[in-house]
Amino acid sequence: MNKDGDKRMLWVGHMIRIRDDQDQAAFAELFQHFAPRVKGFLMKSGSDASLAEECAQEVLATCWHKAHMFDPARASVATWIFTIARNRKIDVLRKQRHPEPEDLAWGPEEEPDQADVIALQQESELLGQAIAQLPAAQRSLIEQAYFGDLSHSEIARETGLPLGTIKSRIRLALERLRHAMK
Amino acid sequence: MMNAMEQNINHHLTADILMGYAAGALPEAFNLMVATHVSLCDMCRAEVESYNAVGGEMLAQEPSGDVALAPGSFAATMALIAGGAVDDAPVARVAGSILPGPLQDYVGGDLETVKWRGIGLGVKQAILPTSREASARLLFIPAGTAMPDHGHNGIEMTMVLQGAFQDEDDCFVRGDVEVADSDTHHTPVADIHEDCICLAVTDAPLQFRGLIPKIAQRFARI
Repeated sequence: MNKDGDKRMLWVGHMIRIRDDQDQAAFAELFQHFAPRVKGFLMKSGSDASLAEECAQEVLATCWHKAHMFDPARASVATWIFTIARNRKIDVLRKQRHPEPEDLAWGPEEEPDQADVIALQQESELLGQAIAQLPAAQRSLIEQAYFGDLSHSEIARETGLPLGTIKSRIRLALERLRHAMK
Repeated sequence: MMNAMEQNINHHLTADILMGYAAGALPEAFNLMVATHVSLCDMCRAEVESYNAVGGEMLAQEPSGDVALAPGSFAATMALIAGGAVDDAPVARVAGSILPGPLQDYVGGDLETVKWRGIGLGVKQAILPTSREASARLLFIPAGTAMPDHGHNGIEMTMVLQGAFQDEDDCFVRGDVEVADSDTHHTPVADIHEDCICLAVTDAPLQFRGLIPKIAQRFARI
């Protein structure tokens, strides 16, 4: 695994130390890395700086409290934090409930297979590379869809967005998830 | 606790809807549809999680130098943690209900809690509390009964929870979603063997053809 792949596994390790040992040093590193990004995400979504700060703190506190829910065979740490931040954005900025699907029966109680964890983390790395290599205009469209205020009909009008390589990565990730869910 | 996965789902949500859910770009009623369908459909669940991963990568690639945290941010977060977890766990969900968990949250209980209102020909509905950009409702259609023929101004998604319905083209069973848009004019008919219960969401009022349904529509908010 290359350097970025190692970094993902490092964050996974941090989450496990937070979950198992309430490791504050691991949490401090996670916080330093992700809290500014979550704050930036919320500001791009239309929040002012002080509300974004407050929400970023809440999102990271949730990471601590819900560390036992994190399943590294299904998501990278960044993805998991993104979903928490997204839900917080809907709660606070849109003042709406965010309906959540039922949990899978095979919850994260059982320690996932290490091979599945590595495969998923590598897959998310490749997805990240595909996104990073997109032409600026296309990347900006995705950023608007996820961070900005592109409405659903605008997303639909872009007919799935110019995803290209991303779509093939998503298909692979999909296959892996389906495999993991069997 | 969860419903047995439905193995027979042939009609799924579209990619733009699943991506919109991951991006947090959908109206609340559409989010409810996605959460309900995904509770029964592994395939769409995995697809949502893949679109979540796109969001995760976007977050990971945010330049960190752009945004400064407030002074004392970490200490404030540790104080939040010391204050304990906010209990946001939904009220206990009933296992084995025909209503998947997210729907039980909006109904406020199981099927017997639903406050049905008749809208004619034995058809009943219950509007669920969501934001106004789109609406969500449960529909009860007696076995063998046709829904009024209607066109659509926007997108309408209808998911079967119990029984089945047919339209001109297809048959929909539990977990299946029919996605209709402004080009669709159809006459769904509930299967003869069992009363049909559906979740329907739309981002525009339905247009019913014919005078009586039109009047009913004004009173029934459909």
